[in-house]
Order: sequence, then structure tokens, then C-alpha cells
Amino acid sequence: MHASPPAEGQNRLGNVIEVKGLTKRYGETVAVNDINFNVGAGEIFGLLGPNGAGKTTTILMLLGLSDISAGQARVFGHDPMRDPLAVKRRVGYLPDSVGFYDNLTAADNLHYTARLMGLGRDERFKKIAAALNRVGLSEVANKKVGAFSRGMRQRLGLAEIVMKDARIAILDEPTNGLDPQASLELLDLIRTFKADGISVVISSHLLDRVQSICDRVALFNAGKIALLGTVGDLGRQVLGGGFAVEVEADGGSQLAKRLAGLPGVRNVSEPAPGRFRMVCDSDLRGEAAAEVVASGGRLTQLSLDRPSLETIYTRYFQAARSPNQDGSREVSHAA
Amino acid sequence: MPRNLQRQGSALSGLGVVTLKELSDHFASARMRVLEWLVVLVALAAVYGAIQQIRAVTAEDPFLFLRLFTTARQPLPSFTAFLGFLVPLMAIGLGFDAVNGEHNRRTLSRILSQPIYRDALLFGKFLAGLATMSISLVSLWLLVIGLGLLTLGVPPGGEEMARAFIFLLVTIAYAGVWLALAMLFSVTFRSPATAALVTLGLWLFVTLIWPALAPAIAQALLPNGDQATLIITAQALSRLSPSTLYGEAVLAILHPATRSLGPVYVSQLQGALMGSPLPLWDSLMVAWPQIVGLIAASILLFVGGYVAFQRQEVRA
Repeated sequence: MHASPPAEGQNRLGNVIEVKGLTKRYGETVAVNDINFNVGAGEIFGLLGPNGAGKTTTILMLLGLSDISAGQARVFGHDPMRDPLAVKRRVGYLPDSVGFYDNLTAADNLHYTARLMGLGRDERFKKIAAALNRVGLSEVANKKVGAFSRGMRQRLGLAEIVMKDARIAILDEPTNGLDPQASLELLDLIRTFKADGISVVISSHLLDRVQSICDRVALFNAGKIALLGTVGDLGRQVLGGGFAVEVEADGGSQLAKRLAGLPGVRNVSEPAPGRFRMVCDSDLRGEAAAEVVASGGRLTQLSLDRPSLETIYTRYFQAARSPNQDGSREVSHAA
Repeated sequence: MPRNLQRQGSALSGLGVVTLKELSDHFASARMRVLEWLVVLVALAAVYGAIQQIRAVTAEDPFLFLRLFTTARQPLPSFTAFLGFLVPLMAIGLGFDAVNGEHNRRTLSRILSQPIYRDALLFGKFLAGLATMSISLVSLWLLVIGLGLLTLGVPPGGEEMARAFIFLLVTIAYAGVWLALAMLFSVTFRSPATAALVTLGLWLFVTLIWPALAPAIAQALLPNGDQATLIITAQALSRLSPSTLYGEAVLAILHPATRSLGPVYVSQLQGALMGSPLPLWDSLMVAWPQIVGLIAASILLFVGGYVAFQRQEVRA
């Protein structure tokens, strides 16, 4: 009934979500403290950070399911406080450990939400079949959800978003409690959303697992966004270099020195004899290989370590804490 | 900070969908089946007792049919007394896990992220519960009337049918009160077991203990009051209980001779024909405050649940 063209409501920057000074207070406690971020069309945006850092509260405010204490949020230009229905028509939401009616079948569960969305009967049947097929649940469409595993429920939740033709998918801890195989499959599914031009906001406390699919991330800590940007940016900003190239070589003379002399290399360490770790501003694998060969050595291994969010996060909060020696209070957040 | 909080879009979109879904859930649930059988068996036993009694004491009674509902034969209470007891039980059974059940199944945030307001969810659940109760009560009512036709062999008059129908409507309003109360507690208590226990406890209190307690409280409040004031105060207090209101309304509707539900001064009885029935309209006027009280109580309790639900955080 309310199919929305992808370009609708975007401003000229192409942002589908805009958040300015968003704040949520529960009495004395501030759950979300003056955060700002934008999500562009077709982007996968990660809200990452430990449990209790304010990620879910932020999501609920975006959906109009929780009141905003101060600041503003715009989703496709709509205010979730004043016009929640317009927001909820265009946004699909997969809550943390999503639940379904166990006594109904997978298809019937989707029929219920489809009717709440106002879809007509024929459209419903068509879209539900297509959505279940896309998430690989066609064969269990008429089985009761009570017998579903955690991973199947999460996929059914994604089917609901597919069925809705949502332009933004907000996924709260989608890989929580899944085994590695199931969570990889789920992340692959989420990647296909991006291919369809759907913007994805994904929250997780498992930094490394979701960093691979995020275009940009916001790192939350105690209700604030501590860091915001692409993983590479954050790596450069926090670790002092975005790329770590590992080189293993036999022979060659003065290799550590020669590698350190390459333009764009910040430092070179030698964790083991014949193994070098270079921190550099860009991907210097080719230059490193050429240098090894030029020095007369034989290159045996060459790899690129993308900066890990876990490392960035831990390092950032170590650095933020150390000047005032106020470590004890923050430890639980960094853990 | 001044903020325009007016919402856009209809608060009722999705209401019909929620109502139909809840209705089908109710009728498919094992809980409902048990409650229905309980009510049907108990009510039929009461009606059977009443029929035996009516046959034994045949008398000239212009409202013979209504005796089906009100006559008791030891050891069974009358049909109306049974309903006064079982209708709350059924309504509580339908409503005690309305909202906290969605919380615990973790379906609440998913459903509320669809383009509907919370209003539709809560109101739809209430309507579905009330519709379920109404359908059950109407079937039961028809069953009793049918039994009466078969066994008494006297067709009911138009006024009797009208009175019996008003009795049915009053019973549905009474069910609404308990359904709204059960839903209020399903919002305020996160555990369905706690909500059910608190509602059942409150039901026992206002049905059994409060009417007995009211005279004592009146005495304590007015140690020097005269007899009439004490009685009136005690009655006013006991009318805080929906069970009292229901009992009084049923009395006025099904016993056409009932002229007043409060104490009557001798001076007021001058010229009255004792025991002669009142016309339907006058009986309705006698019961009107009670009926309005029941409807108002369900609305107040529903609004209480609504406000609590609107302020509640969605996250588990």
C-alpha cells in the first residue's frame, strides 16, 4: 500500500537517517548523551560498543518506540516522535533476540505483520513466499515457529524486513547467540540488502564479527559516540596507521631498515627472525614485495592485516584513560 | 521545553487486524476451551436445578421465564450467582497475560515496529477479549432460553425477553470490568503469574470480603451515626465493588418487583402496591446507576492500563 521509491525523503546529501544531539534520560541517568550521526542511502552503518552503551535506546528512539529527551532524529525526513507511522512504514526492525508467536507457522506469523502493514491478500501471499525463499525458509514455511532454532528465527525476522520492502533495515544484535556458521550466513544475507540499495543500521557488541560488513561504524561508550568513521579511518586515527603488512622473507640484507625506508611506512617491527610487521598508511604489499626481492631475499609470505575494531576500541579507551589515571571506572565498559 | 507532541496518522490503524488475530487466538486456545466447558457445565447444572424447583412450586407468575435465571435449588446457587462468580474468572483468564505475554515472547517490539500505534494493540486486545466473552455468553444465554422453552413449555413474553436481554448486556459490561482490570495488571506486572495472582486476589477481595467489611468500615468511620446513615454509608462503600453493582443491577432487571436498591423509608412506600411488578422502563431506571457504574469502571480501568502502556518502555 505504501511502497516508497528509494529516493523519497532523502536530502541532497543522500542521508536517510540524520541524528543531531540525540539524548535520552531516565530520571538521573543519561542513557544516550548528545550523539550525532548520519546514515547515507545504501550504506551499512554499525552501532558498535559494549552492552548498555546506549545502542538499543538509540534504535528505539529512531523508530519512535521510545521518547526523545532532547535533540532530534530524522528518518527519511520524518520525525519519529511526531510521525512514527511514516517512519515505521519505511523501516524494518529486527529486535535483539526477536520473538514470534510459537503457536503459529512461519508464514502465518508473517501474514499477521503483513496485515498490520496493510498489504492486500494477493500481495501478501506473493511477498511472503518470496521473502521466505530469499532467507532460505521456504521449506519450513508451514511449520510452527515453536520448533525453530535461534538462527531460523533471526532469518524469519529478516524475511519480515524483506516482505516489508523496507528502505532501511535496523538490526539489533542480529548475530547474538548464533554459532559461527549461522552468523556468517546471516551476515551474508545482510550484505545482500546493501546490494538491493537498502540502508542497514546494525548494532553489535561483537566488534570483530560485524566490522567486515560495515561501511562506517560508530563506537559507543557510556551513552556517547566515542569514534565515528570507516574502520580504516579509525585505525589511522587511533592506532597511528591503518594497514599492517606482514612480510616473511628468507635472506636479504638490512630488510627491516629497507622496509622502514619505504614512503608511507610508519614503523617496522620484527616479531620473529625473518618476519616483519609494517604499519603503513596504505596497502604497501606490492612495494614491500619489490623491496624484499631488491634486497636479494626470497619472499615466502605476504599478508595484509586489516585493523581490528577490537584493537582500535581497546587502544582508544586505554589512551583516553591513561592521562588522568582514572582507569577503574571504565574497565567494565572496555571489557 | 515546549514541543509539539501531536501525533500524525490514525491511532486505530491496525485495530481490526489485531482484534481478529487475538480473537482467533482466544478461540483456538486450550485455556479458553477449559473455561468454556466449565461455564457451560456449571450453568447448565444451575438451570437444571432451577427448572426442577420451578416445576415443584408452580405458581401464578407472570415472569416465570426469568425464574430460570434467578431460582436456586440447594445445594446449587442460581444461574445469575454462578455467572457473577465465573464471568470474572473467565475475563481474568483471557486478559491476565495480554501485554506481559507479548513482552515475554519478545514479540512486542517487533509488532510495535509495524506501522501501528500502541493504542491499536491494547484496544484490539480488549475488544477481542470482550468479543470472546460476548460470543460465549450469548451462546450460553441462548442455550438457557432453549432449555427453558423445551422444559417449561411456556413461551416467554416480550417483556421477559427484553429483561433477559438487558441482563445479558449487563453481564457483558461486568465482564468488561474484569477484563480491563486483568489487562491493567498485565501491563504493570512483567510476570503473567504475578498478574494473574494479583487480579484473582483482588477479585476474591472485592467479591467476598469487601461486602462483609463495608458495614464495619462504615461503623468505624461514623461512630456516632444513626442507623439509617450507617446503612447508607455501608451500602455506598460496598458499591465500590463491581460484584455488588452487578448483583444489584441483575436484581432490579430480573425481579420486576424491585422498587429500590437502597433503604426505603416507610413514608416513601405510601400508595405503593407491594409486590406488584414495575414496568420495564422503571426497572431499568432503578438499575441505571449500577449499569453506568459498571461501564464507567471498565472505561476507567482500561484508561489506566492505556496510560501505563503508553509510558512503558518497549525493550525487554
